[in-house]
Amino acid sequence: MKATSLVAAGLVAVRDLRLAFRKPSQVIQPLMFFMIVATLFPLTLTPEMSRLRDAAPGVLWIGALLSSLLALEFLFRDDAVDGTLEQFALSGQSLTWMLFAKTCTHWLLTGLPLALSAPIAAAALGVPMEAMVGVVASLMLGSFAMSLVGAIGAGLTLGARRGGVLLSLLTLPLAVPILIFGARATQLAISGGDMAPPMYLLGAIAVLGVTLAPLAAAAAVRIGLE
Amino acid sequence: MLTVQDVHLWRGDRHVLRGVSFDAQPGKCVLLTGKNGAGKTTLIRAIAGLLDPEEGQVFWRGAPARNQRDEFHSELAYLGHEPPLKGDLTARENLQYSIGIRRPVSALEIDAALVRTGAKAFSDRATRMLSAGQKRRVALAGVLLANAVLWLLDEPTTNLDADGQQLVRDLISEQLARDGIVVAAVHHSLALPAEQLMPLELAQP
Repeated sequence: MKATSLVAAGLVAVRDLRLAFRKPSQVIQPLMFFMIVATLFPLTLTPEMSRLRDAAPGVLWIGALLSSLLALEFLFRDDAVDGTLEQFALSGQSLTWMLFAKTCTHWLLTGLPLALSAPIAAAALGVPMEAMVGVVASLMLGSFAMSLVGAIGAGLTLGARRGGVLLSLLTLPLAVPILIFGARATQLAISGGDMAPPMYLLGAIAVLGVTLAPLAAAAAVRIGLE
Repeated sequence: MLTVQDVHLWRGDRHVLRGVSFDAQPGKCVLLTGKNGAGKTTLIRAIAGLLDPEEGQVFWRGAPARNQRDEFHSELAYLGHEPPLKGDLTARENLQYSIGIRRPVSALEIDAALVRTGAKAFSDRATRMLSAGQKRRVALAGVLLANAVLWLLDEPTTNLDADGQQLVRDLISEQLARDGIVVAAVHHSLALPAEQLMPLELAQP
């Protein structure tokens, strides 16, 4: 009897979670990077709260984008090196579902902790408490979209030497809309405006990512395995 | 049943496979020999579908393998140069996940396979602590558990001691007795009955 694609995807996710708990450095590193960038910024800017607050969306989102690029390098790399991706591709199961599971787990381990810890960095930038829910929500949605978009780049750069630089170059243009709408949503959350329009757009990008990115990532990984 | 028809494959500007053809029926072991760089690994990867030949095709049960990829792959077990194991997981956990994505597998079945390949004693240790030969034994347990008709083995005896090499021969014999097909790239003879063997020497490109 063959396992279903969903069972296979679930097992891939459980396996990745277990591996992350055994080797937490890959999870902690991008989070530390984000926290250091976001908390060092106030030291270099004017201590005036209103000025800091104006800079907050940019600082938080650029920190999140760079941190997510750092984390994306690890998305498929280890599995490619030890032959696990080959076994996935030859398992008779849908590679698309398995890579989607990997991408979701990757977001759970990197994007979600980043979004949840953002209030600490945001507080250092003078963001009022009532805006925190909006900041966290926008970063959650944005980081999820970035993980999906980044999975395509991570798949395409599997076989490349110095894949990290190439991955950034490939992913950045696709990540710019997420950066623009995400920073706008955060800005509106801070100023107390209606953040729904940019959130809808971020949601639309995430839905597009869920629909297309795993298919593209699977095709890219198959090419990368050659 | 497994038919490789006039396969040509280039790696960069090297014409590695120059019209390789064979037809392997159940109970047969295709023994790929040839010097380093002759294309043994390339041919095995091309049969598995990891590489796309520029010319020629691989047929499985009479139909092109690429047109029935998932069905073909669910009947295939592939063991490459490196055992596909996660260093931070134990041998048992590795098999639980790698076989679990193919089919439901019980702890008893995993135990039985580990006993068969002599890997039971170290099955609860993280695989990064194991020697290359021990890892290979765990990977062989994975091949057994896949319940596949077609085995593609790339240098299966690498890093194995004399007992381990005998184990590989026994496992291949049992697979052939079950009417399975084995394609193995080897440097040494596998000492199987001549009627089961289909030697195929690949020439240096």
